Parts: sequence; structure tokens; C-alpha cells
Amino acid sequence: MTDTAMTTTAVAETRMEDRLLPEKTIGQVHVEHPRMTARAVDVHYGAKKAIDAVTLDIGERQVISFIGPSGCGKSTFLRCLNRMNDTIDICKVSGEIAIDGHDIYDPSVDVVSLRARVGMVFQKPNPFPKSIYDNIAYGPRIHGLATNKVELDQIVETSLRRAGLWDEVKDRLDQPGTGLSGGQQQRLCIARAVAVSPEVILMDEPCSALDPIATAKVEELIHELRAEYTIVIVTHSMQQAARVSDRTAYFHLGKLVEVGETKQVFTNPVHELTQDYITGRFG
Amino acid sequence: MTETTVRVLSPQDAIDRVGATLKRRNRSELKFQWLGKSAIGLALAFLVLLFAAIFSNGIPGLFQHYVTFDVTLDKARLDPAGDMSPSSLYSGDAEALVREGFLAALGNPEGRTKTRAARGILSSGSAQRFVDFVLDNPDAMGQTVAVKFAVDDDIDSFLRGFIKRETPESDRRINDQVIAFVDKLQADGRISYELSDYLFFGSASRDAEMAGIRGALIGSILTLFICVIIAFPLGVATAVYLEEIAPKNRITEIIEININNLAAVPSVVFGIMGLAIFIVTFGMPRSIPLVGGIVLALMTLPTIIISSRAAIRSVPPSIRDAALGVGASKMQTIFHHVIPLAMPGMLTGTIIGMAQALGETAPLLMIGMVAFIVDVPGSVTDPGTVLPVQIFMWADFAERMFVQKTSAAIIVLLAFLIVMNASAIWLRKKLERRW
Amino acid sequence: MSMLSLTLIVLVIGAAYFWISQRTVVAMRATGQHRLHSLPHYYGLWTASVATLPALILMLLIAIGQSLLFKSWVQEFYPPELVGQDSFNEAIVLAKVMNVVAGIDFGTPEPWVTAAGEAWIRWSATGNTLMVATVLSISVVGGFFAYRKISPEFRSRNAVERILLWMLGFSSTVAIITTIGIVLSVLFESIRFFRLVPFDEFVFGLTWNPQFEGAERAGSGQMGLATYGMVPLFAGTILISIVALVVAVPVGLFSAIYLAEYASQTVRSVVKPLLEILAGVPTVVYGFFAALTVAPIVKMAGESIGLTVASESALAAGLVMGVMIIPFVSSLSDDVINAVPQSLRDAAYGLGSTKSECVRQVILPAALPGIVAAVILAVSRAIGETMIVVMAAGLAANLSFNPLDAVTTVTSQIVTILVGDQEFESAKTLSAFALALILIIITLGLNFFALQIVKKYREQYD
Repeated sequence: MTDTAMTTTAVAETRMEDRLLPEKTIGQVHVEHPRMTARAVDVHYGAKKAIDAVTLDIGERQVISFIGPSGCGKSTFLRCLNRMNDTIDICKVSGEIAIDGHDIYDPSVDVVSLRARVGMVFQKPNPFPKSIYDNIAYGPRIHGLATNKVELDQIVETSLRRAGLWDEVKDRLDQPGTGLSGGQQQRLCIARAVAVSPEVILMDEPCSALDPIATAKVEELIHELRAEYTIVIVTHSMQQAARVSDRTAYFHLGKLVEVGETKQVFTNPVHELTQDYITGRFG
Repeated sequence: MTETTVRVLSPQDAIDRVGATLKRRNRSELKFQWLGKSAIGLALAFLVLLFAAIFSNGIPGLFQHYVTFDVTLDKARLDPAGDMSPSSLYSGDAEALVREGFLAALGNPEGRTKTRAARGILSSGSAQRFVDFVLDNPDAMGQTVAVKFAVDDDIDSFLRGFIKRETPESDRRINDQVIAFVDKLQADGRISYELSDYLFFGSASRDAEMAGIRGALIGSILTLFICVIIAFPLGVATAVYLEEIAPKNRITEIIEININNLAAVPSVVFGIMGLAIFIVTFGMPRSIPLVGGIVLALMTLPTIIISSRAAIRSVPPSIRDAALGVGASKMQTIFHHVIPLAMPGMLTGTIIGMAQALGETAPLLMIGMVAFIVDVPGSVTDPGTVLPVQIFMWADFAERMFVQKTSAAIIVLLAFLIVMNASAIWLRKKLERRW
Repeated sequence: MSMLSLTLIVLVIGAAYFWISQRTVVAMRATGQHRLHSLPHYYGLWTASVATLPALILMLLIAIGQSLLFKSWVQEFYPPELVGQDSFNEAIVLAKVMNVVAGIDFGTPEPWVTAAGEAWIRWSATGNTLMVATVLSISVVGGFFAYRKISPEFRSRNAVERILLWMLGFSSTVAIITTIGIVLSVLFESIRFFRLVPFDEFVFGLTWNPQFEGAERAGSGQMGLATYGMVPLFAGTILISIVALVVAVPVGLFSAIYLAEYASQTVRSVVKPLLEILAGVPTVVYGFFAALTVAPIVKMAGESIGLTVASESALAAGLVMGVMIIPFVSSLSDDVINAVPQSLRDAAYGLGSTKSECVRQVILPAALPGIVAAVILAVSRAIGETMIVVMAAGLAANLSFNPLDAVTTVTSQIVTILVGDQEFESAKTLSAFALALILIIITLGLNFFALQIVKKYREQYD
């Protein structure tokens, strides 16, 4: 919802740059082994167009980062990938988004199983007001992933280990998750997402509420997770995008302006807007 | 962290296990939604049943049956003093004139049983009604004119079908002779079914056909008047003091807790306080709108204070800073800027509080506003009753027609409440400022 | 002279002082030698308030004092041999005297009553003259001194603002005064009641059978004795409240959940106001509805399946009370459900919860304290509700937990006892105050408890 508000202000402020927007996305939108594909995706909030004809492939076991000025639609697009936008009444998505070639907006698709495959981590750490154990066990429980208590314990432990949190919390699994520090809470949320065994993990500015040390830990974690998961990360920090991602996509005013190998985008951006953003002329 | 790269389930495994649960989970989802829908359905069904019960009785209650016949306005008999004064007319022979006119309309039946049956058809307030008619139409004196009279409530119930012709005569409230007369009147086209003038202009009466809500309505207006002139200034002043002036200390905290608690005190307790303090201790008379208004004012005070405080809080601090910045004193800031800007919210809260007070019954029973009072109160110190109490009293009467009159009175009460609440909503929409 | 016209005269005096003061300072300013400290109208307001406020407050005090004073004086007239007797009832005697004062004749009153009435008339005539004289002179003299104080340097704005401050501060104490008034009025009479009836007999007694003192004496032995055991009344109150909650809590809670989590904006905007209508219907209407429509339906339905149902069954009153409380529960629950942060919903949906899983496993546990508080407030509301039970519940104090029986409640007994003219001294009348005392303690206790929970709950998300 905040994104819509931002979109309107961004539209007012950046009229001039409007003319600079390219007709077609610059760079390689397609990859060899796509896990998810988006084709000509439009998103409307009521009468406002928040996303305009975005076409993009998300490669398997890759980290792709979405960057761009506030209100450019990167978060909105991210939330389309596991249909989190369904919870907003006025939001309408058109075009085609597919995972492993199956359209996720197809009426036969159960959004519950989609979200089990495409997990999400949010901007602010949002642990449930339950114990650490119950936070992690929540997903496996509702999805019936564990057949018994031993399996569930195993999932919890493995997930916490994956998130590098096990050693910090193994003695206090029954204490509330809300009692952890901000960085630990966010890693708890990542562990909670991992516990469902998803294929794709979406991260919406996962470090924006964290201090630099906690941020470093989360980035390290992303680095390790890329071996098994496809990760899409929205970030405000260009350094973070450069550090963690294989590919980078630059959004502007709801359009995907440029996409490519992270190194190429940061060292040799093609489009004027991308250049301006990366060199810090606006953002 | 090398040992952590073990995965508990492969993605395909996870997909399969999730898929296996879907059917069950979607079923329970539907069940849950259905529970929510049926809860709302049930609540709305209650609402419909309530309104259906009230309106099905109340709409007919707005009407009643009248009988029209010719009466001779014989000046000598009607107005013995000859000055057309009410006292002269009341001491005259109006009753006999009405009776003669009515018997004539029935074809002058002979015999005691027949005349007694005929007399039972007319409302016992007919002579009074006739005098009022004469007072309104002095020019008609000396002529024979058609006058409309109410029928007795039993006859009304018979005409509505509540008293059935098929019931054996001994079990019926009206005998066969009466029914025969009513049939004749109906055949002659003398019976009419019209909007009840007694309901709106009549006062309290034990006779269902003559009972009206005028006294109660005026009592309600007087009571609300007292209530609003006490509760509104006090409520606004309290809200201003607590929000803008009061230091945040123990005393202020106690006042705030107090107001919240006062809002939770059952209304009947306010009535007991009114009885013990105003009537027993201060010696004020029972049943007067003044005491009723004070009690209701104290009762609605928390509502007004709470909504006024919310309204004051919604005035942004920048307004106060701006006023203080140009050198206005604190009081000037409050009275010139904060209160005018918060006024719509305060008024909305006040109207809602008044609507609450208008529908309140129990505290007024305690201070004696339940007495049977025929006169319409002329001032706040005259004994009177209010609309909800009138409804309560009528609800106790057994006559079938009172059920309908009660429902009709409820419709009038609800209409007032709807108008008040709608105007509160309108006011909020119209004057509300978004900051 | 009536108090209204006296008030008007004082206001006229105040207006005159306002006008004179304002003219005076304007004239001073016009000479050009002085700068006024405040705007001219503040000088006017200063004198006007000094001229009116003390006088009006004094008038109220005198009026209240007079009636109290006369009441104690009039006792001199009561024949001493009568006062000693059991049948002597002060309230009735006073009413007789007041009838003489008001000029209403019911037969021929005793000579001492006439004498007392005439004395009262004399006193009030003198009192009235005294009151008019003092109030008017205070007003005029006060205004004069205030006027004398006026000079260009006089800080009239500050003075007026100080008066305003005091008035605002005083207003905020009215709530406290009301509470004290409620507590004292109930407490004093309750203490008198407990002198007649032992406290433990009242609280633990199993029969409620109040009688007039006269009937008690005339009564034949034990049967005529009044007993004041409140247990049946509380049992009845609780029974009806339970029926009400069984209706209101599930319906209200599920409505709130559906409206908050499932319903579209359009449905919400239609259904919410409709539910609010239920809250706006006066309780006397619900009472009428219960007695006229619901009770016969309940009786008929019960008898059709072979149950004996009292025509004023607890079930009918409780059902209707439940309907009345539905919007109360639903709007409070709605508030607490909406207070659950969106981030928790996002977390649950992000993991693939269905809506009902999110509601049951995340939202409801998080909102539970608030919902508990809402239910407690609903209980408090049900216990204090009066008109529905007066009109639809019975009067017989049966100790029964069968909702098909007729039971009576605390509030309906209070109303039954206190409505109409009662002798104010009898144990029966006083028992109503004792019931009210218990009622206040319970409702305020529940309210306090609920607010405590809400406070804790708010802190959790702040």
C-alpha cells in the first residue's frame, strides 16, 4: 500500500525523466535455466498503473536483486511473484507469471501451495508472538511437512542452523521470538521461510531495519543459501546489491529499465537513468 | 557451518506433502468462512425480526377507526353560559347531543340493551372531542354537521379482525348486538380507517383509542433540553481542561479513570443517585423533566467527554504552535483555534450522547417519571413523562390496541433516533477536516 | 421571585457592568495618555464575571441549604407522641406537609400538619426575600469593586483567563462529584439496610421475599416474614447473562472476524452500519420485543418438543439481551483484530497459511487479551441491563439454573422496589440500595479488570 502512495509522489517529481524511459528493457531479460518467468506483467492499484509491461526471467539458484528509486514498483513486482498482492483488494495483476512453466495466476493454482514454494521475508522482522520453536514450526505444521515430532524437531533445528541462529538460540527455543534482537529476529524469519523448504525466497529489503553488523550476517546467509535456493531481493542499498547478487534489475516508474549481470550493470550501465541512479544523482 | 547445508526435505517432497494437505485445508477454510457468514446472517436476521415485529404492529398502530355521523350543535344545550368559553361548553350537554346524533345514525334503536350496546361503540372521549370541535368551529353553532368520532378500542380490534365474529358470544368482549350495529355503520359507509390524530395529539389515557404520545414527546424534548444545556458545556469544558490544560499528575489520572468508570456504571444506578440526591436530599419534586435532564446529563457526560477529547486530540499541534507563535495566550489559542476546529467532533459526540439519553428508560423510572400524568408539561418543573417511559407503561397494558399503539410510539422514537444519528453522521462527513 | 428570574436579573446586572467597564477603558484609551494592557472587552468580561459568578453560586447554595434547613425545622411540629410510634413514617408526614404547602387538599389534614405547612410557607417567603436581597447585593457590590479595580495597567486578560481556568478545572471535577454522589447515596442507605438485615444473611441468603413492614406485621407467622437473601437474584442475573453471552459472543466474534478479514469493502460498508443499528435501538424496545415476540416463540417452540417453558423464561430475556450485545462484542473485537499488526498477517500468508489458519493460529492468539476484555465488558453490560429484564423476565425470585424457568434479576428487583411511591424508610426500599451497591461493585470491578487487560494488550504492540 505504501508503494502506491510513493508511486504518485514519484510521478509528480520525475516528470522530466518520464521522457527518458525506454520502450523496451535494455539487457538480457532471459536466462538459460529460468525458475520463474514474468511476461508483460502489468499491475494496477485501482486506476493507477504501478507496474508497466515487465518481462523478466529469474534464473535457478541465482540471486537477483531489484533496485531503483522509492516507488519504482520493485516491491510491488516482488509481491506479485508469490501473489502477496492478493491480500490487497484494489490490486489487479495482468500478464503472465510462471514458476517452472506453470502460470501462478491460473485459477487452478492454490495460492497456499504457491506460497509454500515461493517463501517471503519482509522489510521489518515480523516474528509471531510465539516461542522461537513455534515460529519455525508454524509453516511445517500448517503444511503437514512433518509426520511426527522427531521430524518436526529436525526441521526446526536444520532451519535454525541454516539461518546461523541455532547456536544462539538452542537453549531458549521455548522463549518468545519477539525477545530476540532485530538482526536475530530477521534471521529467525529467514529460518521460518526456509523451514517450509521453498524453491524461491523473496526478500523485501530484508536489511533496511538492521544495523551494519546484523546486515553483514544476513548477507552472509544469503550467500550460503544461493547454493540451494533461488533468491529475489529488493534492496535500497546498491552496495548490497553488488555484494550479494548475480544479476541486477533496475526499475524506474513501474518499468524495468535495465537488467544484466550485476558486474556489468554496476560497472557499465547502458541506460542514462541507470547511470544516474548508480552514480547517485537521484534515488 | 558446513553441516548446515543438509536439507530436510527436497523441494519435490515438500510440494507433494503440501499438496496432500490442500483438500482438507480448503474444506476447513470454507467451513470457517461459512461460520463467519452465518454469524452475520444470524445478527441481520435478528435485526429483521425485530423491525418486522415492531413495524407489523406499529404501522397499523399509526391508524385507527373513526365513525362519522351528524350532530346538532344546539346552542342552548351546548353553551349554557352563552359565552362560548370552554368551561361553559364542558358544563353543557355535549354528551347527550353526541349520543342522540349517534342513535339517530343507527336508526334510533329502542330498548335498554340496544342503547347500551350503541353507547359502547363510541369512544368514551367523544363528548370531549365534540367540545373541542365546537371550540375550533364556532361558526357551525346552530347547524347540524357531520363530525368524526373515534370508536372504542374493542370495536377497533373487532374491525381489525382481532376479535372474531366466529367466537361464541360469551367469550367475546363485544356482543352480537354491537356487531350488528357496527355492520350497519359499515354498510352506511360511516366507518373510516385513518391516520390516528389521538396518537400524535392525544395525551396519556387508559383508553387505548384515545391514548397519545404528545405529553411524552414534549416531556422528552424538555428533558433533552435540560440534558444538553448541562452536559454539552460541562463535557466540552472537561475535555478542554484534560487535553489542553491539566498537568499530567495523579489527580488528572484519577479524573480520567473516573470518567471511564462512570461510562460503565449501569444506567439504573444513575437513577438511584438522582432519587437519593435530588429528590430525597434536595427535596426536588418527583417526575419533573428538570431532574430527569440532570440525571441523563450526568449519565451522558462520559460519552461527550470522550468524543470531545478525541476531537481535540485530532487538531494538529501545528495550529497551536501557529497561534502561540503570533503571541496569543494559551486561552486565546484554545478558544479561538482549538475549540472551533474540534467543534464538529464535539457536536457529533453530543448528538450521539443525546440519542442515548432519548432512548433511556431505567433512570427515569427511578425518579418517578413513570407516573400517570394527563397534562402536557408546560415547563421543566411540571411533572411529565418521556417517550421511552410511555412505551414501557403502554407495554404493560393488556388491550390489543395498546400493543399497536406501543409499536407506533416505538416507530416515532426510532424515527427521532434515526434522524439524530443520521445528522451526526452527516455532520461528521460535512465538517470533518482531514489533516 | 423564582430562581429563574433572579438568574436573569443577575445576568442583566452583569451585562450592564460589562458595558460600563468597556466604555470606561475605551474612554481612557481615547485620551491618548494610556496604553491598555488588554483589549477593552476583557475589562468588561472581568467586571461582568465578578458581578455574576459568585452571586449565582451563592444562589444555588442558599436554595439547597434552605430545603435542608426547613426539613429539620419542620420536625419541631411533629407531635412527640407520634414520633415515638412504630408506624411513624417521616417521608409520608413530610409529603403531607408539602401537600399543604402546594395547596393540594386531600381531606382535612391534622391541625399540626396545617401548622407545619403554614410555617413552611412563612419560612420560604422569608428565605426567598433574604436570598433575593443577598444575591442581588453581592452581584451589585462585587461588580462595583471589580469596576473600581479597573485601570489601564490592570491585567484584565490574565484575570479573565484565570477565572476561565478555574471554571474549566471545576467542570472536570463534576465527573468525580458524580461518582462520589453515586457511592455515597448508595452506601448510606445500604448501611441503614444492613442495620436491619445482617450482611451475611443478605449475601448468602437463599430466599428473596421482600415485604412491606405493614404486611410483615399483619402476616401470619413465618410466612409473612420478609427475607432478603440475594442469591436467587444473582443466580437469575447470571443465568440470563450466560444465555446472552452464548448468543452474543460467537455471533459477535465471528461477525467481527468475517468483516475484518474476509468481507469486501462494499460488504463491510453495508453490514457494519446495520449492526450498529442493533446497538442504537433503545433497551425499552428490546424489552417490548422480548415480551411480545420472542417469549411466545420460545414458549411455543419449547412446548412443541414437550418442554415446560415459563411464559417469562430466562431464555427469552437472555436471547434478546444477547442480540442487544452483539454489536458491542463485534465492534470491540473488530478493534482488537484490526490492532493486530499487518506484518503478522504478511508473515503467515508469506508462509502459505490459508486465511482461516492465519485467523485461528496467528490473529486470534495475538488478539486474545483484547477479546477477553471485550467479553468481560459484555458481561458487565449484561449484568447492568435493566429494561429487558424488567419487561421480559419474571418477578418471582426462583433459585433455578434452568433457562426455561422464570427468574428475576438484581436490576429488575431494584426497579420493581423503587418505582412508584414507596415509604423511604422500610427495609424493602433500602434493600434496593444494597442491591445497587453490589451491582456497582461488580460492574466496576469487571470494567476495571477489562481495562487493565486492554492496557497490557496495547503496550504489547506500542
